Amino acid sequence: MSEDDERQQCPPSDLEFVSNKARNCNATGSGSGHPELQSVYLDQVLENVLENVLHFLTSKRDRNAASLVCKSWYRVEALTRSELFIGNCYAVSPARATARFARVRALHLKGKPRFADFNLMPPDWGAHFNPWALAMAKAYPWLEKVNLKRMSVTDDDLATLAELFLGFKELVLVCCDGFGTSGLAIFVNKCRQLKVLDLIESEVSDDESDWISCFPEGESHLESLIFDCVECHINFEALERLVARSPLLKKLRLNRYVSIGQLYHLMIRAPQLTHLGTGSFSPSEIAGQGDQEPDYVNAFAACKSLVCLSGFREIIPDYLPAIYIVCANLTSLNFSYANITAEQLKPIISKCHKLQVFWVLDSICDEGLQAVAATCKELRELRVFPVDAREDSDGPVSEVGLQAISEGCRKLQSILYFCQRMTNTAVIAMSKNCPDLVVFRLCIMGRHRADHVTGEPMDDGFGAIVMNCKKLTRLAVSGLLTDKAFDYIGRHGKLVRTLSVAFSGDSDMALKYVLEGCPQLQKLEIRDSPFGDAALRSGLHHYYSMRFLWMSSCRLTRHGCQEIARAMPRLVVEVIRSADEEEMDDAVEILYMYRSLVGPRTDTPKFVTIL
Amino acid sequence: MKVNYDNGLNLKATELRLGLPGSDEPEKQTTPRPNKRTISEISSSDVTDDGNDDHQDSAPPAKEQVVGWPPIRSYRKNCVQDTGGYVKVSVDGAAYLRKIDLKIYRNYPQLLEALENMFKLTIGAYTEREGYNGSEYAPTYEDKDGDWMLVGDVPWEMFISSCMRLRIMKGSEARGLGCV
Repeated sequence: MSEDDERQQCPPSDLEFVSNKARNCNATGSGSGHPELQSVYLDQVLENVLENVLHFLTSKRDRNAASLVCKSWYRVEALTRSELFIGNCYAVSPARATARFARVRALHLKGKPRFADFNLMPPDWGAHFNPWALAMAKAYPWLEKVNLKRMSVTDDDLATLAELFLGFKELVLVCCDGFGTSGLAIFVNKCRQLKVLDLIESEVSDDESDWISCFPEGESHLESLIFDCVECHINFEALERLVARSPLLKKLRLNRYVSIGQLYHLMIRAPQLTHLGTGSFSPSEIAGQGDQEPDYVNAFAACKSLVCLSGFREIIPDYLPAIYIVCANLTSLNFSYANITAEQLKPIISKCHKLQVFWVLDSICDEGLQAVAATCKELRELRVFPVDAREDSDGPVSEVGLQAISEGCRKLQSILYFCQRMTNTAVIAMSKNCPDLVVFRLCIMGRHRADHVTGEPMDDGFGAIVMNCKKLTRLAVSGLLTDKAFDYIGRHGKLVRTLSVAFSGDSDMALKYVLEGCPQLQKLEIRDSPFGDAALRSGLHHYYSMRFLWMSSCRLTRHGCQEIARAMPRLVVEVIRSADEEEMDDAVEILYMYRSLVGPRTDTPKFVTIL
Repeated sequence: MKVNYDNGLNLKATELRLGLPGSDEPEKQTTPRPNKRTISEISSSDVTDDGNDDHQDSAPPAKEQVVGWPPIRSYRKNCVQDTGGYVKVSVDGAAYLRKIDLKIYRNYPQLLEALENMFKLTIGAYTEREGYNGSEYAPTYEDKDGDWMLVGDVPWEMFISSCMRLRIMKGSEARGLGCV
């Protein structure tokens, strides 16, 4: 492509101001002229070319790499990055982010560490969205999308998003808290271009505000409305009217306060749905009192595009046959709130030939998993949750189910499996049968539980996983594990980025193996394992490459952590106590440390000390 | 209707505890504490290189549940509680609790009759307006949201799907409920 052609091209609208620069140089530099001006002109053209090219680069990893090539590339990349992903909201400040990136349209932010989900940390630790909301309002008034995970969002923040960003289109809140239905009411009312409102596993307080009624009248742009985690009654009539005037709605996930009768009415109005969360899937009052039951089969039959089904929050299994007709097209089925038996599952799963994602409760037992293995040859992701989440309960699923899945679902990429008992044999089988595994999370709920057939530790099973599954990037271990298991991980888990450890290992060596052996390790979360200061020291060479390290109820001392803090100035080392404890002894209950460009945060609560 | 899934584990439905029936322990602290143990405790209990020790059998019966283990979010735990139909029943003044299987009853009169037989007491008639006013005892239950409700207000199906445990209160205490 000649330089003349380049000038003629019409650049994308957000590259206009750079083109102006190029045009100014052209006037003086075309054809002959001073060599200096000519080289400046060439530089501008090259930058222009680069902008056009980088415009198409979407992967954040590719963009990060591109920005390191040279200053010119750094500059251009910063101008063209439209989706900003920040994996730890404290790694960088809003000011720095907005200073570097000029044209952000979408922001994706993550806050609290995952173990906060399990009440391992007192509430109000931080991760407030507020400073980001305010900074974005000034820097990116054209912002369209915000995706937050484990952040604290207030009603005021929701109001800010709706009022200060005129073209705001998509809000996704995953595992967030701090807001309520009154915040939602303001948000949906003021956000006139809203396409997506996805509230996923978030805690929404019931301010008794009828937020569904607050969507503006007239045709809506809604494409996705997910509120299955909202634990309060909603105004059904208003919801029905909203669905009726949302012709573009493709994803609708209802909460458990929507009865099956109400579901029927919504489905009739929205046969174009592709993703449906069915709400309670039971009648609001006892059925069969002389009222005609709606034709649920008909309603499902009308939804010819349905590929993803979830909900079933208070399921009455008698109604399950209604979904038979959509099973053949389903790629995703979430039964993880439905306490159903193997017998109730079989007629459904036997029709789900295209299923790729399946979430379920262990109430289906090993027998149910065998049925899954028999039909779901395309399965990529399986999650088996426990009905009874205690350590000493009976386990309806075991190594039998795991083995069956490994034999039937060869394309499996991701598994999360809760059980009470397991064997190395089954885990080894899975490592060989499912070579595409990227995520392997096995939770043997009894702490320190050995292979229940041989009595051996589970070292060999997990060893086989890291050895045979060459694409593995995420691993969660459990059961009785010695240092040997971690030796295997360090030796073979070369691509592992996320590792979860609980009640495992014998000594510091275990942690050493991992920190020294896993070059890609980014997120390491450890609880209740006998690792101390010496082990912590062995990771000094690697901590700047990691997003975070979490260690709770281990053997760390304050002065051990202090040493790390001193050795690594760009690391923020937080020591977290439980909320009602005084700062006292040298033992560190929770260590949470992460790299940061901006030093210690200024919003720490009383129970956090930054070393 | 706030779901209390921020208060540590909701173990009330399934907890093992010693104590007179009806003597509810105060709610667990709202601020969850990490499982604080001294270093010596950790070293003696967590190091398990002993292949001879079968941990499954050696667990003491009243094993304390550890915070945040297994790693299931409280929300999920609260949504999917399964007692298999069995719920604990406590009676004010009785020395220990009993368990009944709600699944075997089809309606309220059957349930109340069974309770009267089991505990040798009279519960009397339910009216929407007065509850069990006039009876010596009033049956109450704890629902999924953690609230204590009067038995009989909601349709039977709804009751059995939301009842986590029963408490038969002495009339004198229950009078407050009936008058509402």
